[in-house]
Parts: sequence; C-alpha cells; structure tokens
Amino acid sequence: MSAAPVLLEMRSITKTFPGVKALADVNLVVREGEIHAICGENGAGKSTLMKVLSGVYPYGDYSGEIRYRGEEARFGDIRASEQAGIVIIHQELALIPGMSITENIFLGNEPRTGLAIDWKTAQRRALELMKLVGLREDPDALVKDIGVGKQQLIEIAKAFAKDVKLLILDEPTAALNESDSQQLLDLLREFKTQGITSIIISHKLNEIEAIADSITILRDGRTIETLDVKADGVNEDRIVRGMVGRDMESRFPDHTPNVGEVFFEVRDWTVRHPIATDRLVCKHANFSVRRGEVVGFAGLMGAGRTELAMSLFGRSYGTWLSGQVFKDGREIKLRTVSEAIEHGLAYVSEDRKAIGLNLLDDIKTSIVAAKPAKIARHGVIDEVAEHRVAEDYRQELRIKTPSVDEGISKLSGGNQQKVVLAKWMFSDPDLLILDEPTRGIDVGAKFEIYGIINRLAEQGKGVVVISSELPELIGLCDRIYTVFEGTITGEVARADADPERLMKQMTTTKKMPV
Amino acid sequence: MSGLQDLKKNLFGGTTSVGRQFGMIFTLVAIILLFEVLTDGLTLTSGNLIAVVSQYSYILILAIGMLMVIVAGHIDLSVGSVAAFVGIVVAKAIQNFDLPWPLGIALGLVVGALIGAWQGFWVAYVGVPAFIVTLAGMLLFRGGNQFIGNADTVPVPEGFRTIGAGYLPEVGPATGYNNLTLLLGLIACLAVAWREWRSRKTRQEMGAEPAPLWISGLRLAVMVGVIIFATLRFAGGRVGTSLPVSGIILIGLVLIYSFYTRNTVSGRRIYAVGGNARAAELSGVKLQRVNFFVMTNMGILAALAGMIFVARSAASGPQDGLSWELDAIAAVFIGGAAVSGGLGTVSGSIVGGLVMALLNNGLQLMGVGVDLVQMIKGLVLLFAVALDVYNKSQGRFSIIDSITRPFRRDEPPAAVPPVESPRQTDKTPAAG
Ligand SMILES: Nc1ncnc2c1ncn2[C@@H]1O[C@H](COP(=O)(O)OP(=O)(O)OP(=O)(O)O)[C@@H](O)[C@H]1O
Ligand SMILES: [Mg+2]
Repeated sequence: MSAAPVLLEMRSITKTFPGVKALADVNLVVREGEIHAICGENGAGKSTLMKVLSGVYPYGDYSGEIRYRGEEARFGDIRASEQAGIVIIHQELALIPGMSITENIFLGNEPRTGLAIDWKTAQRRALELMKLVGLREDPDALVKDIGVGKQQLIEIAKAFAKDVKLLILDEPTAALNESDSQQLLDLLREFKTQGITSIIISHKLNEIEAIADSITILRDGRTIETLDVKADGVNEDRIVRGMVGRDMESRFPDHTPNVGEVFFEVRDWTVRHPIATDRLVCKHANFSVRRGEVVGFAGLMGAGRTELAMSLFGRSYGTWLSGQVFKDGREIKLRTVSEAIEHGLAYVSEDRKAIGLNLLDDIKTSIVAAKPAKIARHGVIDEVAEHRVAEDYRQELRIKTPSVDEGISKLSGGNQQKVVLAKWMFSDPDLLILDEPTRGIDVGAKFEIYGIINRLAEQGKGVVVISSELPELIGLCDRIYTVFEGTITGEVARADADPERLMKQMTTTKKMPV
Repeated sequence: MSGLQDLKKNLFGGTTSVGRQFGMIFTLVAIILLFEVLTDGLTLTSGNLIAVVSQYSYILILAIGMLMVIVAGHIDLSVGSVAAFVGIVVAKAIQNFDLPWPLGIALGLVVGALIGAWQGFWVAYVGVPAFIVTLAGMLLFRGGNQFIGNADTVPVPEGFRTIGAGYLPEVGPATGYNNLTLLLGLIACLAVAWREWRSRKTRQEMGAEPAPLWISGLRLAVMVGVIIFATLRFAGGRVGTSLPVSGIILIGLVLIYSFYTRNTVSGRRIYAVGGNARAAELSGVKLQRVNFFVMTNMGILAALAGMIFVARSAASGPQDGLSWELDAIAAVFIGGAAVSGGLGTVSGSIVGGLVMALLNNGLQLMGVGVDLVQMIKGLVLLFAVALDVYNKSQGRFSIIDSITRPFRRDEPPAAVPPVESPRQTDKTPAAG
C-alpha cells in the first residue's frame, strides 16, 4: 500500500476558533487509492480538519499547507475543492427533505440546456448514479419519505454527480443500522477498486478496522500517529489506545445489577401513524421496567421503537388509540410532555439537532431547559444556581468546552450529545428513555455514558435504551425487548442474549414465547 | 453544516447579535454626535430631547412587544391599525358615555388584550401564520377605526392627555430644575451602582473572577455620567416641561420586559419556541400558550401605544398609527433580532428604535424632507443588518466584542477569550 503515490498531504495545519485551538500542527498523508480513516475522541478536530481540506474554512482561515496531487492547493470555497475532485459528505446530512431524489442529487449542479435545467438528462443520470450506489427507489420520491440509510446513499450519489477523486465521509454510518452500514462499506471497497480514494471518519471502530488501509489518529487537535492497518496489525484496542492515550480494559464499566420490583408498566399500547391513518406504528405493546433495571429495545431501523418511546412521552408522536401506563401500581396519564415530565419520564431523542436542542442556546440554558423550575424561585431564574448546575454536569460528563456560557452550536457532535444527556439527567427522572444515546460518540465517552446509565440504575431509576448496536444492548442491558414492525416480538434476559437470537426475533412477525 | 446552510444562517441572522447590538450603541452615539454638530447643538437641547421622547415613546413601546413576537418566530403587521382602533374606541367611549378617563384607559387595555387574544387564537390554536393573521388584522382594524369614527377625528378630555402630553409636575423648592426628574435621576444612579455591585457578587458566587475593579469603576462612571447628563437635560427644560409621562411609562415597561425576557422561566420559553419549536415542545413547553401569550401581549402594548398617541395629539383620527408596524419591526431588527426567531433582546430593540428616532429627528431639524428621510431610514435598516451579516461572516466580531466584553454582565470566565455566543445579548446592560 505504502508504495502508492501520495495524493494528499496536509502539513502542520493549525486552525483556531475564538477561544479554541481546534487543530494544532496537524499532518495528514493520504495515498492514492486507499481508504484512510481518521479517528479521535469527540472534539479532537476531525470534522474541522476535513472542513479545512474541503474549503469550508477557506485558504487564509487556517495556517499550514495543503498539497494535493503534488501541488499546493488553496481552496477559497467548497466549489473550488469540488472542482479539484474533493467531495465531502458532512456529519449532518445536507439534503433538502421536500425535494425529490433527482433534485437533491443535482442540487447546484444541474445539467442544463441553455438556461433551462435539462430534467430528462438529470433523471437518466440520477438513475445511473442510484444504480452505482445501489439505491433502488423512485428518483421522484421525496427525500423526507425515505429512510436515513438511503438518504446517506443519496449523499454519495450526489458526490458522484460531481467528478470525485477524493471522497470524504464524516461519520457516514452513525445513523445507519448494521446492514445499511455494511452496504455502505462494501460500496467504499468497490470505489477503491475503481481508483477512488476515500477518507472516512467514524466512531465505529470495528468498521474502521475492517475497511481502512491506514488510520490517522487525532487527539486534542494534534496528530498522534498514522497506522498502517495491515503492516502494523492494527485492531480496535490499538486504535483506542491511540485515541485515549491508554489501554481500555473493557468497553463496558463494571456493574452489579440490583434489580427491584416492577414500577413502570405499559399495557396494550397502540398508536397510529400521524399521516398514514391506516398504519399502526405500535401494535398492542406490553412491557415493563423494574427499579434499577436497564431495559433494551432492539429492532431494525423503522421498527417503531422511537415511535413507541415518543408516543409514551406525552403523545409526541402519532395518534394514541389505546393503552394504559402504570407507575408504582397506579395508572398515570401522559397526555402532554409536561405531564410526562411531571410523572418522572425523560426522553433523550435520537435526533439531537432537529428535536433535541435549541442550537441558538448556550450550554447552561440547554441543560436546565427541561426543568427550569428547579433553579428558579417564583418563576425567576437564579443565575448562580444555573451556572453551578451546568458546571457540575460539565465536569461529571466531561463536556469539552471552555465554559458553560458557550453556544451549543460550537460544540462537537459528541459533546452536544452529552449536553442533551445532562439536560434530561437534570430533570431528575424515574424512567429515563435513551434513544440511540451513543450515536456519534467516541469510545471513551461511550464508556462514560454507560457508567452514567449504570449509576442511574443503581440509584433505583429505570433506564430504557433504544439502540441499533446489538453489542451495546447486550453489554449494557439487564433485559432486552425485540421489536419488529411495531410489535414487541420477544424478551430476552441478559444471560441469554446473543446477537443471533436477537437478530432472529428482530426480523420476525411471530411473537416468540417469553 | 454545508456552506449553503451556513450562508442562510448568516443571512437571516441565525446566530449572535452581540456585535450588532454594540455596533448599534456606537452607531447611536455617532448619530447623536453627528447631528449635534450638523444642527449646531440643537439635538441635545432640553427641548429637543423632550420632544424626541414624547414623539417616539409609543414606537418604542411597540418595539418591545414586537421583539417578543419576532423572537417567538412570528411577525405582527397589525399593530398600527390596532393602535388606531383602540384609540377611536376609547375616544368615542369617553365622549359618548362620559366615561372617566382612567376607566377609558382600562377599557383600551382590555380591548387591546381582546384583539391580541383574537389574533393569538388564530396563530396559536388554528395555526394560521401570524403574517396572514395580522395582515387580515391590519385591514380589519383600520377599517374598524374608520367605521366607528366615521373617518372623523374624535377629541379626548384634558386628563386623558397626560399620558401622551403630560410631564412630571413641579414640586418642592425652586432649584431651577424639575425636582421629580432630578429625583428619578438619582434613583437611576443608585440602581446602576447597585446593579454593578450585584453583578460582581454574582460572578464571585459563580466562582468566576469578576472584572477588575477599575473596569467596574469606569463602566459605572460612564453610565452615571450619561444618566446625570440626561437628567439635567430633562429636568432643565422650559418650566412646566420635564421628562414626559410617556417616557416614564416606556422606562417602566423596558425594565419590566427586560427582566421578564431575560430572567424568568416563562420569558425564556419564548426564546425556546423561536429557536426550535419542536425541541421546546419535547422539553415540556406548551407552544400554543407561548404563541397565544406573545400575540395577546402585543395587542395590549399596541393599545397602550395607540392611547398615548391619541393623548398626545388630543384626538383620535383615521390616519393614526399608519405604518407604525414598519418602524417597530425595523427597530427590532436593527437591534439585533433574527428573522428566523429565537434571538434578540428588549434593550437591543430599544437601541435600534432610538437610532431610527434620532435619525428621523436630526434630519427633520436639518429641514430634510419626509421623502428623503424615508429613503435614508430604509437604507440605514438595510446597511445596519447587512454590516452585521458581513462582520459575522468575516468572523470579525472579536474587535467590538473584546472592547465591549468587559462591560457585559456575567461574561464567561476570564480564561475564555471573546467568543460570540447567541443569547448572551440577553445580559447586556444596554439601554434601559
Ligand atoms: N464553529 C466553531 N466555533 C468554535 N469552536 C468550534 C467550531 N467548530 C468546532 N469547534 C471546536 O473545535 C473542536 C473540534 O471540533 P470538531 O467538530 O472538529 O470535532 P470532531 O473531532 O469532529 O468531534 P466529533 O467526533 O464529536 O464529531 C471542538 O473543541 C469544537 O468545540
Ligand atoms: Mg465531527
């Protein structure tokens, strides 16, 4: 591999934001035709480095040199880097939900005849590109109507609509389930055979190990090392060591479950889709949570786990048809979010940007947002208390920021996730529902979050974890429910949980004997 | 985020307004000084300052309500019509039913609240965009004004006129100044000093290093200086004039609403709704209630503004309140609010409104015609917002920011170099 010529070299790149040095003297060498992974903790500077490379932060905004195909490159904007064949797919998808697949693929890049957009050609080329990335959909379908996995493929098709030589993917699989991720990785391998070079950022280290030829590790804005996967015999533990600077013995913290009696129970919960009125997203769901228990919900993307959770949380999703909720043996009504919060429920959403946070807020305001009454007297906010609370969570969750007065939008993705967690921990719930709580979070922080979940359980709270990563559920949960197409298909105790069994239950319509 | 979205965010002011707000204070000072020179010292005379306050207080009162509407992500085009409608209803009621004027004012506020609730109902509970609801309201209540008043003017009694044309009375020993205004000035100085001391204490309790003493001292000196200057000007006018009653109402409202939007749980909900409605909802905020409240509140403030105007001109007429909505909206945006909602402050909007008011006043003193004044105001609005957008995209906030940072309350710990951040504008001790 190392024989291949160098395609890209970034030399001592330094980029500062007011108050933060995001990159300090970072070096990166990418060879032609390889898949190069960039690993590092949340806030290490991975996304920033890629934004420098792709001209999001234009020449002059950073110091250092970028050499691309043997020449110095000074990209003034994204267009300039795209012209050179560098295409970036950002951590947050940049598709327009109300537009069709074709329109999105050619957005800003429309084939034309004269002044008019040539939709015929666009359609035809869209079909070709969709075939290339393995996307079987109607090119006229609206983006908002198709799943995230497919949306990710559209992003890639969009990249290929431009003449791409170097493809940058910032956490492309964070929101994908295992099979979608696999499909995407296979695609990258195929591109490699066609001579396309890729840079991939991911916190899913197993994927990195499987696919990358070399890995550059960043820590606190500095290059730590570059590893050659085959030659150095790199495995996940080795990557972790580079990222966190020490060995991590285990991915899951020690925890002795101390499970009490059932305190939260849902019976016959049935919910209709908000628009498609003939579709049920939850079908007669029954489940229970014990005190001090961590309960997992396994299922494929779209199985209805998020819908179940959100409909419980103050009927925030769909139309409630039937079902009861009992807490401590008494029926409770959860008709609005504030009622749900009153009754000690908390729901940490999987989509922090769209519905989890107000990105205009600063950190401290976000943390107290779910229960401001706790730091207020007669409706007046006690700023000292607010600051103290935020500061406590910053330390407890190790949120990486110079100050809790900073804006949320300045935090790296993983640190935003920690703020959302803090927000709901502050609401002091009895039942905490976490929807994909470790999405986009680095190994070290995952470990911390598992620790927090265990601690909450030890305090006698119930925790529900929805996750698409089976190893996470198996490592963390005392009991796992499996969900398929809105139906709870089974229940597996920790001792019996293994990926095959869960997978089977996650993909069957039949109810399994408990 | 992609460049496209970044651009959009910048264009529509998705992020901070700190820089814009302080830029505006500088602009305000610059405008005052400029006109002071151009008008040979007419701008800062007692008579002119008093006139400016009584002439623009109702626009500034509207700007307060408009700020909250805009922060929540809406707009209100009907305020001028609502003000005119309430004005005629009150004038007619006093005239036809011999209503004592204090009851007339109470009636006006109730009518304003009802109108606001009507519009709030459509916005919050039916979900019609506020733009449409208030566009309809604009027609409805303008027509209503002419319907009730027969497109005629209706005079109001003497007592009623106090709120628009009244001044603080002369009491106590003959000092050559209006004593009550002097007293107000003194209270303001003490309040400012107390607040400075409080903010230092708060910082200490947060475990952060308070600003160096000399900075606190300097800041205090500047503010006290401005207050003393203003006090002497307002107290030293022609005998019988002083700080207008409408100015006192305005100051009271600014204090109340600044506190409300910045320091209370329910005030914050408005920002939460405007920043991300869905996230707010999932945090237990009742969207409909917040939207209903901001619209109703706007109705009440519009009613108040309308009555002050009627009181000032001694009669209610069919042309009252024409295009007030535009002045109020411009003040809010010049003052740093975001079109997309979620950002903006009461104090910023007041500064924005004062910029417009002094510009207007200065040009008029110079004898510039109404046509030109309008054109200049339009360009100022455009440039003020454009400059801010430009500065933001160039990341140049740090200059203004680093100068002004020490003057802000509860700025982040000293370890943090200036970083612009959303909502911190809320805590600026700007105008008020
Ligand atoms: N626009 C910005 N303004 C200020 N600071 C920023 C900005 N963007 C990023 N940062 C800071 O720069 C650092 C690096 O952020 P970056 O987004 O590159 O991290 P990352 O490695 O991609 O993390 P993650 O894995 O969480 O996505 C962080 O400390 C972040 O807070
Ligand atoms: Mg990132």
